[in-house]
Amino acid sequence: MTSIPRPVAMLLIALVVLLALFPSCGGLVFPAKHAFLMQKLAGIMILAMMAMSLDLLVGVTGLVSLGHAAFFGLGGYALAILSPEYEAANIWIVLPAALAIVAAAALLVGFLSIRTSGIYFIMVTLAFGQMGYYLFNDSRAAGGSDGLSIMETPAIEIAGRTLLKLADSDSFYYLVLALFVGTYALLRMVLNSPFGQVVRAIGVNENRVRGLGFDPVRYKLAAFTLGCTLAGLAGFLAAAQYGFVNPTMLSWHHSGEALMMVILGGMGTLFGPAIGAFVFELARFGFESTTDHWQLLMGGLVVTIVLVLPRGLAGLLLDLARRGGKQP
Amino acid sequence: MSVWFILIQVLNGIQYGLLLFLVASGLTLIFGLMGIINLAHGSFYMLGAYLAYWLTGATGSFALAIVLAIPLAAVVGLVLEAGLLRTLYRRSHLDQVLLTYGLILIFNEGQRLLWGGDVHSVAIPELLTGSVRLTETLSYPVYRLWVSLVCLALAGAMYLVIQRTRFGMLIRAGACDRDMVAALGIDVKLLFAAVFAAGTVLAAVSGAIAAPLSSVGPGMGDTVLILCFVVVVIGGVGNIKGTFFGALLIGLADTFGKVLIPDLASFMVYAVMAAVLLWKPRGLFA
Repeated sequence: MTSIPRPVAMLLIALVVLLALFPSCGGLVFPAKHAFLMQKLAGIMILAMMAMSLDLLVGVTGLVSLGHAAFFGLGGYALAILSPEYEAANIWIVLPAALAIVAAAALLVGFLSIRTSGIYFIMVTLAFGQMGYYLFNDSRAAGGSDGLSIMETPAIEIAGRTLLKLADSDSFYYLVLALFVGTYALLRMVLNSPFGQVVRAIGVNENRVRGLGFDPVRYKLAAFTLGCTLAGLAGFLAAAQYGFVNPTMLSWHHSGEALMMVILGGMGTLFGPAIGAFVFELARFGFESTTDHWQLLMGGLVVTIVLVLPRGLAGLLLDLARRGGKQP
Repeated sequence: MSVWFILIQVLNGIQYGLLLFLVASGLTLIFGLMGIINLAHGSFYMLGAYLAYWLTGATGSFALAIVLAIPLAAVVGLVLEAGLLRTLYRRSHLDQVLLTYGLILIFNEGQRLLWGGDVHSVAIPELLTGSVRLTETLSYPVYRLWVSLVCLALAGAMYLVIQRTRFGMLIRAGACDRDMVAALGIDVKLLFAAVFAAGTVLAAVSGAIAAPLSSVGPGMGDTVLILCFVVVVIGGVGNIKGTFFGALLIGLADTFGKVLIPDLASFMVYAVMAAVLLWKPRGLFA
């Protein structure tokens, strides 16, 4: 996790620029599907935020969580439950409240789970995630398996003036893009801070960190809570995008997919899992629209990437950049 | 709630637990010996159920279907081990997780291609159709008793093989230190292939004998996979004895959860697992 080589950084910036240009120029390339693709891309950016937040746990700190979707879903449910029935919620209240709820849940789950390690940690987080899933799935107050709908998506207002309506697809797209880039910047900043250095060291060798006089449990708990809260933010956005929430947002399938995006993209690199989210979702979308038997192609792609690219897509990019840099 | 009713639920819980043990034992053996986290294990269970459905239809005999399903499942296991998993023994657990996740997708699609998306049922073989009368109104199906007995017999056989045979000794030694076993001149590759195939067959046989009890349909492997991981982790990974008791605990918790608090039955299983792991972070029998 040293600095990103220049060619890779350039590529990432170019991709973000492309994303930023899509609402205005995408219509020229895909005239028939522009609106649909914008929604799709916004959805993928939200998943990429979730994947990056999971990378903080899995790739950096070494906490392989199979319950990450529970915090994603909790963020979404918080918006749905806190929204008044027939009017838009005040985002300055709902968003901090949702994040606080997710952070509190993450602190509790993290506090209990971090005592275990390895495959046991995976399973404890799975257990808590599934408990969350069934809690919402079986409770009538939260709409059961049908979920809840959000009648009015919140708008961003300052002093009575509406700045940004989340229901408007262009505004929503740019907001998600800004938060997507912001999440990356925030995580990168955290990792470069003294706190992040300890967390990264825990991922490499926990015993040595303890030997140096740090208490790994506290650092792991802080990283776990931060990662889960960011997943909650992503879930909040997903709920705002589709206007409804349902228990599948919390299911282990969803946690598993996020984990696959992280591994596929390249753990511990932050940008890798974001790329993983795009490749995973776009491949699925591409396969789904060409054949009925898309799972076969998707499974084949996943298996091939594991066999050919041991460090994921990010590993491939970093290797290419290094090789390119060595040439005269 | 009468005593008989509770007895029936206990029998159901034990039967379910024994079935879970049979599936989970393969998972824990493979993890213990080779260090492979195999997400596709639930797919082997599904494969067994579909083979039972298909072969019963083709041959007209459930018994013959099971006999034929065993070598087919073994071949699937051997091919996967030699073709894919063998390259991953030295890689991280997460690479194995990703690869076997890809396998789940392929198995699910293969199932849809071969047998379609419908839900099927398999008839209980005629010999085992009856039920044992307990009281005026309550009775217990013979087939469930038979399933329990088969599972118990296989569990006993597994115990004997692992504790009393040379092959079992190699498995136990390999789980402790596979490099040392290899250094002693044992062909570890062959051992791994054999254990992986055995795990595949165990899961497939479980799926096959469970087919008449539940419906055979898409996605049936996923539920079983997660419950098996729960069982394996509760018992302590790689520990067959722990897996046995973990499976009974989960079988009973699930059955009684469904009877007593239907709304929270699924919640119960995970609450039990969380409680066990918070109390003993490395499983009950670590």
